[in-house]
Amino acid sequence: MSEVVISVRELTKRFGDFTAVDSISFDVHRGEIFGFLGANGAGKTTAMRMLCGLSFPTSGSGTVAGYDVMHQGEEIKRHIGYMSQRFSLYNDLTVWENINLFAGIYGLSKSETKERAAELLERLNFASERNTIVGSLPLGWKQKLSFAIATIHRPEVVFLDEPTGGVDPMTRRQFWELIYEAAEGGTTIFVTTHYMDEAEYCSRVSIMVDGQVRALDTPAKLKQQFAAQSMDEVFRTLARGAKRAE
Amino acid sequence: MKGNFLSFVKKESLHILRDSRTMLVVMLIPVVLMILFGFAISTEVNNVNVAVVAPERTDGVRDAVERISRNDYFTFKGYINNDQIDEYLRSGKVVAVVVFASDYDRRAAQAAAGVATKPIIQVIVDASNVNTAGSATMYLQNILLGSASAQSMFETRMLFNPQMKSAYNFVPGIMGLIFILVCAMMTSVSIVREKEVGTMEVLLVSPVRPFKIIFAKMIPYFAISCIVLITILLLARYLLGVPMSGGVWGIFSLSLLYLVLSLALGLLVSTIASTQVAALLVSAMVMMMPILMLSGLLFPIENLPTFFRVVSNIVPARWYIDAVRKMMIQGVPIVAVWENCVILLGMTVALLGVSLKKFNDRLE
Repeated sequence: MSEVVISVRELTKRFGDFTAVDSISFDVHRGEIFGFLGANGAGKTTAMRMLCGLSFPTSGSGTVAGYDVMHQGEEIKRHIGYMSQRFSLYNDLTVWENINLFAGIYGLSKSETKERAAELLERLNFASERNTIVGSLPLGWKQKLSFAIATIHRPEVVFLDEPTGGVDPMTRRQFWELIYEAAEGGTTIFVTTHYMDEAEYCSRVSIMVDGQVRALDTPAKLKQQFAAQSMDEVFRTLARGAKRAE
Repeated sequence: MKGNFLSFVKKESLHILRDSRTMLVVMLIPVVLMILFGFAISTEVNNVNVAVVAPERTDGVRDAVERISRNDYFTFKGYINNDQIDEYLRSGKVVAVVVFASDYDRRAAQAAAGVATKPIIQVIVDASNVNTAGSATMYLQNILLGSASAQSMFETRMLFNPQMKSAYNFVPGIMGLIFILVCAMMTSVSIVREKEVGTMEVLLVSPVRPFKIIFAKMIPYFAISCIVLITILLLARYLLGVPMSGGVWGIFSLSLLYLVLSLALGLLVSTIASTQVAALLVSAMVMMMPILMLSGLLFPIENLPTFFRVVSNIVPARWYIDAVRKMMIQGVPIVAVWENCVILLGMTVALLGVSLKKFNDRLE
């Protein structure tokens, strides 16, 4: 197996009596598309926040891009990209201003910004939309732009929090092509989703139930293990056993 | 990492510039308020119609009437007879009638010589509008006292604002209000908007330190407030003729402190509210109401019930408005209002501390 980019050992987060994330362990390798599944309330978001350096674990350990989640949150932030379900660009700014802003946030120099922006716009066939206000773009385009901008600083890992929520199937497919492209380029993708067909696209999938990782393998092996036809069935089988209400 | 701070300030400025309608409102509100309070709404008494009853139009009487009619506040409506008084007042033709005694000249001379005498001038006023009646009587007395050179036990002198122009009083109040509006309300709404839309999440995952995000947000609003401050000061000085003899720099520096305080308030509101509507409501309830009611803007603090008088002590606008009023109208230098400055400074430090702490706590 190739280099490990995310490594988590018995990571736990408690809020008072409530154990949101209960001792989870897994490794994610470079260039992998790692699907992070779970019903609402299963602890996905909390786990992801810890991996992004936004929240400190109660116990356990983990590294992201070689930095410790316990002590090096700021370093982690510098080396990851993040895109959330909620559209994360500024609607009242133009395409170029958005690119420029995020390039600035990640400390790219002027010449780097120019170069990467040009390359990004060309890749997305967006060159003519450079000065368009983002709010007037169709949702699918926004989503693609959002992903491209989340990776403008060439992060080692990109966290995608339900990136395709509310997008039509056609656009979703196009979006996943972008994800594949990025993964082939060596970027590790850590993605949460509610769409089980998307789970099929992942290299490996983990399913969280009640704060614990109950299954982790390639989609094919998981289906075999649970004697299921689709990932949807696998997910339902596991989720049925959940004790926590949504 | 300086680059990312500047790109943030630029981004915030773009947000504001793109929203040109809000921009316009913010820039126009102070001007409109100043003009409205300065000219339209006023508690001054102007154009009061006065009639005179004088059995004999002696030199003394004519002299007194001349003074009344020359005065800008009064319009002399002519001489009338005793039996017309009631009709004139009832019909609203005049608000006040001045009745001179028949031997006015002789007795005025007596009074001037220090001989005690019975009243020689009667002022009959339509008191259905209390404010007008009160002010009109007072003005009339002042004018006529001079003419009768009557001895009086009191000598009243109106200092600082002898014409009792109400605009003088409102300018500091408007300043107290408008900066809270621009700094606190707009900053809090803009921070909460990012939370609501979801962009804040992305910013928090980025390597930008949260306090940088916040400061970058404050800078453009601070700049706008400075422009508004300068506009208000210029309007006050040259349009309304507010003296500002206490020195513009004192007023300016104190206002800057108040701006920072308002920004801190805005930040605090943004940590409490999670939607833009909530931020607006909290701003309106927690900031606007106390400023309108408890800062001395509309009602003198001395007239408040004890409970509210105590509460008014924690309203920053109260101290600011009071200090600006003193500096603008009384013309005292900033050192004379050091107490207000110290209180405002303390409040600023405390608010900044609390809001920054709350802001950081919420991130966890």
